[in-house]
Amino acid sequence: MVTEFGLRLAISLTQIGAVMCIVVVTVLILTLAERKVLGWMQDRMGPMEVGPYGILQPFADAIKLFFKEDIVPAGANKLIFTMAPILCLIPTFIGFAVIPWGPNWTFEINGISVKPFVISDINIGILYVLAFASLAAYGIILGGWASNSKYSLLGGLRSAAQVISYELNVGLAIVGVLILSGSLSLVTITDAQAGWIWNWHIFALPAPQIFAFVVYVISVVAETNRVPFDLPEAESELVAGFFTEYSGLRFAFFFLAEYANMVLVSCVASALFLGGWHAPYPGTLMELVGLSSWSWIESTMWFAVKTYSLLFLFFWLRATLPRLRYDQLMRFGWKVMLPIALANIVMTAIAVFISQQIN
Amino acid sequence: MSLFFFGYFAAMIVATSILVVALRNPVYSALSLLVMFFHVAGLFVTLHAEFLAAVQIIVYAGAILVLYLFVVMILNVKQDDRYHSQWRIAGFVCVPLLIETMILLAGGTGARTTGTQTGLAPAAETIAPDNTLAIGQTLFSTYLFPFEVASLVLLVAMIGAIVLAKREIGEQDNPGPLVQTKVAE
Repeated sequence: MVTEFGLRLAISLTQIGAVMCIVVVTVLILTLAERKVLGWMQDRMGPMEVGPYGILQPFADAIKLFFKEDIVPAGANKLIFTMAPILCLIPTFIGFAVIPWGPNWTFEINGISVKPFVISDINIGILYVLAFASLAAYGIILGGWASNSKYSLLGGLRSAAQVISYELNVGLAIVGVLILSGSLSLVTITDAQAGWIWNWHIFALPAPQIFAFVVYVISVVAETNRVPFDLPEAESELVAGFFTEYSGLRFAFFFLAEYANMVLVSCVASALFLGGWHAPYPGTLMELVGLSSWSWIESTMWFAVKTYSLLFLFFWLRATLPRLRYDQLMRFGWKVMLPIALANIVMTAIAVFISQQIN
Repeated sequence: MSLFFFGYFAAMIVATSILVVALRNPVYSALSLLVMFFHVAGLFVTLHAEFLAAVQIIVYAGAILVLYLFVVMILNVKQDDRYHSQWRIAGFVCVPLLIETMILLAGGTGARTTGTQTGLAPAAETIAPDNTLAIGQTLFSTYLFPFEVASLVLLVAMIGAIVLAKREIGEQDNPGPLVQTKVAE
């Protein structure tokens, strides 16, 4: 009994460690990729100094942040000021527990069934992600309040209003997919999209979720406080918004949380709408050439390709679009995004009902 | 094992609930309320009601409490002593309740309730595999009428909020962000 529990714990901890490593490495790559992509889009080189072609820049940044002086502003609430970056980071990392990275395989190790490519396949997977994503707002709003600074407070308040408004659209955009697949588990939702590319929920009959996908992508850009919705940290108005007073490691935590959150929402988008780890063709090429035990590499690569394409979209938007004004942001969220998401739910429900009646 | 988890969650719920009313800084109160919501969600998980646990966090912790914090920060109340000298009223309400609970627990009825509870627990586990489906089906069949009434009440509240927040036509057609988020809730 004890050994079984110990073994289960060891396996889970290994999986958690592996996923954390992948996420942190992805974030490191993203910090460089963002500057490089922005550079190319603006016809310049991006960072070139550290390492060949500037590829060691993330490590230089990390070391710099690590050794920076840690300043707590006078009059700040020290406890909450310290807690806020951690509160921001933890929910984001917790969300990765239900993301299926690869094929839905099950191994038996000493009578314990292990799914190697998902830490925990719980039956409310997507709700779990939404629940913890909604908690990231606390880190931002508390960090803004505890800093004892006008700019920080305004940034935090803006962020709270924005995150709540757009969270609603994220939740509603997902409902269409849930109707199509009939499950809340991300593993089941991904499995429902096997086969050709037109089985992906974004194209799937009877109700293609393309509008839901667009609403989802726009809303998560707002939820992660990225350009053009980066009002909580609008430089021209609020210095740096909620993390104006943060420096050193605490700033690094906020930074890490923002990028990890981008990775998380991209993973969820590819699992829900773009077929997850499924290739655009049935099965895998590895199976065709007889290497079926290695097919997981191809599957996880497809997942990575989809996730990185969505992350590229984030950078592309940042290089292209100017920031919205605050009232424009709210009006857009409530009067444009919300009706589209609601109409999508109604249309999907009707289409699924009719197709069930015909069959 | 399950008893241990129940004890932990129950104790934390009691402790943090007391902190919510006992702490003087409203932001700290809101934070202990957040911890409490989490432990209530934990209780739901021990009862195999994962859907309710997730909804508990999304609705209470993710939306309502954030708005509370929002208001607390806008008002910027550091310490408000008006509400901290009400021990007499609190005692007047709570002591009879406490005595009642004691009598119920000590009397025969308490023993019978625990008996039925242990009988109910396996029954709850039989619908465990997909309790989201079970909740949906029950809500839209057995409890359809109460469900529709509840949604009607919420609709009335929403319309009421819009009427309260709306300005006369001719004034600037631009309600503030705070008003709009409140309407959503």
